[in-house]
Amino acid sequence: MDLNYSPEEVAFRDEVRAWLRDNLPAELRDKVLNYRELGKEELLRWHKILAKKGWVAPFWPKEWGGTDWTVVQRYIFEEECGAAGTPLIVPFGVRMCAPVLLRFGTDAQKQRFLPRIYNGDDFWVQGYSEPGSGSDLASLKTRAVRDGDAYVVTGQKIWTTLGHYGDWIFCLVRTDAKTEKRQDGISFLLVDMTTPGITVRPIVLMDQGHEVNEVFFDEVRVPAENLVHEEGKGWTVAKYLLGYERMGTGNIAVSKRELARVKAMAGPLLDDPRFRDRLTRVEVELMALEITNMRFLDQLRGGRAPGAEMSLLKIKGTEIQQAITELMMQTAGPFAQAFRPVNGETGFDRLTAALVPRYCNVRKATIYAGSNEIQRNIIAKATLGL
Amino acid sequence: MDFEYSDEQKLLSETLRKFLNTGYGFDARAKIMAGPAGYSEDVWAVLAEMGILSVPFDAAHGGFGGTTVDMMVVMEAFGEFLVVEPYLATVGLGGRFVARGGSAAQQARILPALIQGKLKMAFAQTERGARYDLRHVASRAVKSGDGWRLDGDKRMVLHGGSADLLVVSARTAGGGHDADGVSLFLVERTAPGVSVTEYRTLDNLRVADVKLAGVSVGADALLGREGGGFDLAEEVVDYATALVCAEAVGAIKYAHDATLEYLKTRRQFGVPIGSFQALQHRMVDILISYEQARSIACLACVKVDTAEAAERRRAVSAAKIKIADACRHVSQEAVQLHGGMGMTEELKISHTFRRLTSIGQAFGDADHHLERFAKLG
Repeated sequence: MDLNYSPEEVAFRDEVRAWLRDNLPAELRDKVLNYRELGKEELLRWHKILAKKGWVAPFWPKEWGGTDWTVVQRYIFEEECGAAGTPLIVPFGVRMCAPVLLRFGTDAQKQRFLPRIYNGDDFWVQGYSEPGSGSDLASLKTRAVRDGDAYVVTGQKIWTTLGHYGDWIFCLVRTDAKTEKRQDGISFLLVDMTTPGITVRPIVLMDQGHEVNEVFFDEVRVPAENLVHEEGKGWTVAKYLLGYERMGTGNIAVSKRELARVKAMAGPLLDDPRFRDRLTRVEVELMALEITNMRFLDQLRGGRAPGAEMSLLKIKGTEIQQAITELMMQTAGPFAQAFRPVNGETGFDRLTAALVPRYCNVRKATIYAGSNEIQRNIIAKATLGL
Repeated sequence: MDFEYSDEQKLLSETLRKFLNTGYGFDARAKIMAGPAGYSEDVWAVLAEMGILSVPFDAAHGGFGGTTVDMMVVMEAFGEFLVVEPYLATVGLGGRFVARGGSAAQQARILPALIQGKLKMAFAQTERGARYDLRHVASRAVKSGDGWRLDGDKRMVLHGGSADLLVVSARTAGGGHDADGVSLFLVERTAPGVSVTEYRTLDNLRVADVKLAGVSVGADALLGREGGGFDLAEEVVDYATALVCAEAVGAIKYAHDATLEYLKTRRQFGVPIGSFQALQHRMVDILISYEQARSIACLACVKVDTAEAAERRRAVSAAKIKIADACRHVSQEAVQLHGGMGMTEELKISHTFRRLTSIGQAFGDADHHLERFAKLG
């Protein structure tokens, strides 16, 4: 056991740090650090810069553009990105759809989609939740009826993050409503969002931002070649994907950066033992989680798919994220109530004003990607055998 | 970076557990605790024979030359089996003092005997009102001829009653909470003027109040630099703190496993109580505490070997904060989920509860280390 970086790892860290310093556009960095919304083109701009460097999908197999990095190198990369304030790499293509295609896709599907995902040619989004199917995902009702060489999809998805930017959406659909186990009638479809019959409607959240959407499908014709894995085996695909989804929800690198910011912003509050002790407990939990994270990812060497251990990382990581937003709001004191200017932005402290919306926004973290209660159910069943 | 035990460490763990499984079951342990000494000389001899007493010491003294991660392997097993022998006091504190601060002559005199199981040690530090502050030393040592004369009143000396040799902190200069002026002395427990009153602790270990009334020691009793004892004591206590963190991980693992087993076997309303979601989620939180505790204990054990003093202090205090919180959380939940049975003397879980409670306080509770961590910046 050795929890110190080797000289090679230090050299790698310095390489990543220097590259980020030279290649992260200042305007993107400023937006990230001020919690401002990034548009589609901005998100893809960063994606493409990384793709050109060959670092956009480190954990993919080498032949598809992966880097062959060790777990520690991957962590170093994420930590440096977090510290530098890079935009998030939108996970739906690189981290979710791609692992699914690599595991379950046909050669033709891989050839067709993976390079485009890698290069950021298509913006992917996720069609999982439905109005009546949140935690109970397997109860989903969006129908796909086979008609010749196509499936005809009708139904509704909800909470579709960045759905308004989507070029493609991967969807769980019901291809058979009569199976004994409802999981058995589900299939996994890739849908071009320019297909007629698709409507995207915004949902405004309490931070007044537009991040999530409803997506309606009205007799949308999807070529049968866009079915991934076998018809009726979509639940296997869905669960496989969820492991990867959770792998990215711990957000440890970002939490490290934000925690350092809390300290910088806190000023004299750091002398208040009540505040300071709360802060320290969060910091210590994060120090532990960094190691837990690497210990768990290390166990995935040799290509084992992420499982229930990712649920643990998700629970702890999101609890820490939320705790940090609370601490941040506290640092702003009465100014934390400031929200939006009425007459232009002059004289308005944008960073302070961003703290409350952020506090509100990050409440989502313990709800999305399987609520933390669902994660506990998963651990209870899969890890503990209860 | 590397997150696993080496093959040698795995072997050490297996060998030690094999012995503990056969020779240190719950009933055997109960007999040992009920005995007059509160520990077993036979077990101590086996630990010497197996080389467990030699783990951290240099080969020059007959030691194994192991790292603190090797010690973590030992402490985890001891935590799981609730070993009551004076290992932490002798190897983790006394032996470490000598190894880190002792002269060549002191090391040659003490360490081989310690490793062979012929000499036990303890650290006499705490005084009334000192809480966890290593600077708070009112005991005095004054020059007397070639040597020193010690007066003082030490409390709660872990395994002080069975120790052959005590490391005693006493002031040779300064006063109050000055870090400078604290010195460390090696004092035979049977020396004239030393009186020892032994107590049982909550977790069935032994501690002692040690009074020193005009105790004469030679010049060679001074351990380390005159007046510079605080730095050495802080370093050694940080080391021992990392070790109890590792011990806690073992005890937490036991509490986790036993509670999980109970949830699967205990039936109420016609079903195993582990089928209830309210209990499942609490069980998951125990698992999370265990994993986080393990991670932070690893960090502390690695950093006491590899880090500069400032980073070491920070890692150890961080670990103790998390470990203290995890000890409290897991011990309380384990008892609660065991229901009435968790309260009983006859179940190991209540003994684990007591050890975890005790570790939570050892070498500084969470509040103490929150304060220390904050001051480190």
